[in-house]
Amino acid sequence: MFDVIIIGAGVSGCAIARELSRRKGNFLVVDRAEDVCCGTSKANSAIVHAGYDAPQGTLMAKLNVQGSRMMGELSKELDFHYQNIGSLVVMNKDQNRAELLRLYENGIANGVEGLRIVEQEELRRMEPNISDDAVAALYAPTAAIICPFGLTYALAENAAKNGVSFRFDTEVTNIEAIQGGWKLTTSSGILETRVVVNAAGVYADRLHNMVSDDTMTIVPRRGDYFLLDRSCEGYVRHTIFQLPTKFGKGVLVTPTVHGNTIVGPTAIDIEDKDSTATTQEGLDQIRSKVCLSVKNLPLRQTITSFAGLRAHDTRHRFTIEEVAPGFVDCAGIESPGLSCSPAVGVMVAQMVTDILNLPENPDFDGKRKGILDPKALSFEERARLIKENPAYGTVVCRCETITEGEIIDAIHRVPGARSIDGVKRRTRAGMGRCQGGFCSPKVMEIIARELNIPLSEVTKSGGASRLIVGKSKDRL
Amino acid sequence: MKQYDLVIIGGGPAGLAAAVSARNAGIRDILILERDAELGGILNQCIHNGFGLHTFKEELTGPEYASRFIAQVQELGIEYKLNTMVLDLSKDKTVTAMNRTDGLFQLQPKAVILAMGCRERPRGALNIPGSRPAGIYTAGTAQRLVNMEGQMPGRKVVILGSGDIGLIMARRMTLEGAEVKVVAELMPYSGGLKRNIVQCLDDFGIPLKLSHTVVDIRGKDRVEGITLARVEQGKPVPGTEEYYECDTLLLSCGLIPENELSRGAGVALNPVTNGPAVNESLETSIPGVFAAGNVLHVHDLVDYVSEEAAAAGRHAAVFILGGGEASVQALPIRCCSGVRYSVPSFIRPDCLNPDDTVTVRFRVDNIYKNKRIAVYAGENQIFTKKRNVLAPGEMETIKLKACSILENREAAELVLKLEDA
Repeated sequence: MFDVIIIGAGVSGCAIARELSRRKGNFLVVDRAEDVCCGTSKANSAIVHAGYDAPQGTLMAKLNVQGSRMMGELSKELDFHYQNIGSLVVMNKDQNRAELLRLYENGIANGVEGLRIVEQEELRRMEPNISDDAVAALYAPTAAIICPFGLTYALAENAAKNGVSFRFDTEVTNIEAIQGGWKLTTSSGILETRVVVNAAGVYADRLHNMVSDDTMTIVPRRGDYFLLDRSCEGYVRHTIFQLPTKFGKGVLVTPTVHGNTIVGPTAIDIEDKDSTATTQEGLDQIRSKVCLSVKNLPLRQTITSFAGLRAHDTRHRFTIEEVAPGFVDCAGIESPGLSCSPAVGVMVAQMVTDILNLPENPDFDGKRKGILDPKALSFEERARLIKENPAYGTVVCRCETITEGEIIDAIHRVPGARSIDGVKRRTRAGMGRCQGGFCSPKVMEIIARELNIPLSEVTKSGGASRLIVGKSKDRL
Repeated sequence: MKQYDLVIIGGGPAGLAAAVSARNAGIRDILILERDAELGGILNQCIHNGFGLHTFKEELTGPEYASRFIAQVQELGIEYKLNTMVLDLSKDKTVTAMNRTDGLFQLQPKAVILAMGCRERPRGALNIPGSRPAGIYTAGTAQRLVNMEGQMPGRKVVILGSGDIGLIMARRMTLEGAEVKVVAELMPYSGGLKRNIVQCLDDFGIPLKLSHTVVDIRGKDRVEGITLARVEQGKPVPGTEEYYECDTLLLSCGLIPENELSRGAGVALNPVTNGPAVNESLETSIPGVFAAGNVLHVHDLVDYVSEEAAAAGRHAAVFILGGGEASVQALPIRCCSGVRYSVPSFIRPDCLNPDDTVTVRFRVDNIYKNKRIAVYAGENQIFTKKRNVLAPGEMETIKLKACSILENREAAELVLKLEDA
């Protein structure tokens, strides 16, 4: 019997696992997908909200401000990309200043540091491409951008290093109470545990409703995005939000930590918890909305569009509580969930520790080193690296200059990459402007070789997402 | 590290032809840097025939065509490094590259020829809505998998875009045992060669749907089907949707010259071609940096790539041997009335001998019938030629007499356009 099973290997589940690994116990993270970071955590705005938005006094507000404060330090400890670039909520001339001031005051009440209103002239200096209609903005210097994959993998790897196990392709189909804990029926067998943590994102309501009469409904709220080429780097310097109107929250434009520009999201409530398909309407909505805050955005430089699902609780609140004895919900973690994740991890791990009275793990090591990026090295260091390991001399992904060495490293991490997308999110191979056109056949070969599987078993993203269906002429 | 007079970035058809002609023009120390495991570039996966009709007066496959040039490179003792990636080219022509055996190294040649080729426009850049399952490939990626790895990327195929690689792959996938259901093309005309439409689609009964595009992709893990719709004025027409069950979508929606290195070096680019803006010597805005082949502008036939690259090789040789002095005056070529762009973008009268001819290549923006290609220097028409049909899928080549340019060197610009015949 496990002490704790965490259902869901997204950013919340992994943050909880990593915090829990400070304690001694038999911990398991399960996920229905083939890898860490396959749901909401992989497709979002990749930003750390400062914390002025969530209503004062709510759990969401508290965790946002805490999470945002923790993120910078965590990025050093776990070696993932984080840049504290600040954010701006832009108000246009026909908009109500009272709304901007309300946000400011809510932020102050939430404890967000450094907030101030910037007027037109300063705003233009800060953001030359801001809309001509922009008259003022709420500046939040503590806001930041991060690599959401990097954060989630870092948490997972560090948890694994400190003894947490991971099991993928494992979907929980039933939960029942047993003596001293829970019995989980899963697609890969029966599992028993003393405590369950439900961090299942858009599926958290299904699990919750298996054990609680107080029914919860999580609506997948789809957000479509555009990602622009690195050639647009510098187009905006901060995360640019639009002041919400009665028509909704507007869309944001932000640099990413890798020099791309991200534009979106929409907020379209859907029924299918699996459908991350973009739609023409969604993409058109972004195109028409974005010009309210910035001008001449080079949308022609789009390298990909994608959609993610936010786990929206119809009551719009985070549920982090023990809803049945030994069953802890971490549900409804929609935006700003990524920003909150470090604080969510601490909070849930503490709850579980208290339930089970877990002792400290004296061997806990909170440091993790990310995949070595040869581009960050000096000429001499890089030359030495290639001499020591020639795999770093072979470029596999031309667009992002990712070497074979980095890909091999990604595959052999724990938990490691097993698919093209797993390699892509860990190393950025295939993330660039050709979107894997040149490198995917090579990445497939490396995966097959390193995992010792036939090429026909290499997938894009696990499951039935096979890339090869047979040999040439095999059906003739 | 040994130093070279000329470094050629790319060992595909352009790089090979440039190397051979530079050597024949007297340059001894030449190095070709190729990122793949073999010389020949994209020709290695083009196993169909139809190459070399102009150059060798016979029909060759891609690998055969490449092998003729590779043999010359080897006979001439031209050095090359395989599996070698150029990481950076600087304004002063420092080339930073790496591979497994030499590690990271720098070269400081007198001249550089850019011959990096092009890449395919991916799904993301086309803004096709829908899900993002496995089974969506650019036509070139599928071509590599089938022709070089012997792997089938799918069984039931829809192709979006009627560029030449898409047309060739429609035939190839059929020959390998797949069912190609339809080729859809956004524009009202094909972007590929007429002969490919006949030989690759018509001969196999594969329908070509012009003015159609993909409006939805279905399937979670693997493609399960796509929806096509008719397009009018750039917008899908509601009610014209047709669903195709398929496991594969191949994209052949345009090629983009790969100019990341050029951009990094500060080479000025032509916004229409996305390739360097070059003068009559195929020299970029950085003296001593030349460009040829698909990195300069996307060609229709490899024969023209070889011809252009050979010219770049000769000009680079002249530069290295001390003849390439900077010239102050350059006549821009302005393209209008149906002409999208021209290569070169500029002509320097000072660099012309009266007996020379200047080759100008260009593409048109639509299908035209009964037109004249005309070139003016100020008021004076210096060239005209009747063409019964011009199409965007075919590159046009004209040869201007240098003397006619020299006679009109006071003109502010040359104008290249189409006129009614």
